[in-house]
Amino acid sequence: METDWIMGLVGGLVIGLAASLYLLGNGRIMGASGIIGGLIDKSGWSSAADRIVFLIGLILAPSMYIFIFDIEADTKATTNIIILILAGLLVGIGTRLANGCTSGHGVCGISRLSIRGMTSTIFYIVAGVVSVVLLRNLWGAI
Amino acid sequence: MKRLVAFVAGSLFGIGLFLSGMTDTSKVQGWLDLFGNWDPTLAFVMGGAIIPMFLAWRFTDGRKPIYAENFPAKPQSNINRDLILGSALFGVGWGLAGLCPGPAIASLSFGGSQSALFVLAMLLGMRLTPQIRSKILSSSAT
Repeated sequence: METDWIMGLVGGLVIGLAASLYLLGNGRIMGASGIIGGLIDKSGWSSAADRIVFLIGLILAPSMYIFIFDIEADTKATTNIIILILAGLLVGIGTRLANGCTSGHGVCGISRLSIRGMTSTIFYIVAGVVSVVLLRNLWGAI
Repeated sequence: MKRLVAFVAGSLFGIGLFLSGMTDTSKVQGWLDLFGNWDPTLAFVMGGAIIPMFLAWRFTDGRKPIYAENFPAKPQSNINRDLILGSALFGVGWGLAGLCPGPAIASLSFGGSQSALFVLAMLLGMRLTPQIRSKILSSSAT
């Protein structure tokens, strides 16, 4: 259990380093939903190349890491197709409406002491807790 | 150089997400399951990510990004309906599947059909959001 926390902290520091590099280098907020969403709804097409390259790194790096260190990787995600589709739709719509997700509002917003970032984070965490607690205890679905 | 910065930031982000356990849905849902067998890892991830970013924001004072003209302006701290509603919808989806946008993309190489299906639904949700915003939500816009 303790190693999980240490790995959490180490991984978190690497995420923070990535966000710092993106901010200080390119002057951009490293928000996953914004980077993807800007490509999907065309609002970010003027910086499309940067976004695509970022996403290629995001997909490629973990796969290389897993390959090089020969690790068994698994998301342990549900195999329930309806839950996966519903969850994906809610995450897609919700993050675009709120204009941010865990990385944009959470990491980049809170560290900037942004009221919007902190408000968003409180709401998605509370909603996430309600969603997990209800599903696990009442429905037993996940 | 902007492209290289974006690639390195995306790569570090992906490795950080994988190392920290954020691509493991059981750890995310375990953190959200406050009243069950609570897993504190995600708090360490968030804390770890916020520390370097807090310093990075401090460093931006009176400076310019290396490869851009200026840093992103701090958004006006208006808390509107879209922020609250979007964050809540996002939170419900996050709890349902245990995936948010960054980790979902980062897990595409090893997450099998579950990650692929979730990401497709998320992209569809993002694609539909402008229409949802203008057709459904605008009638009661604040």
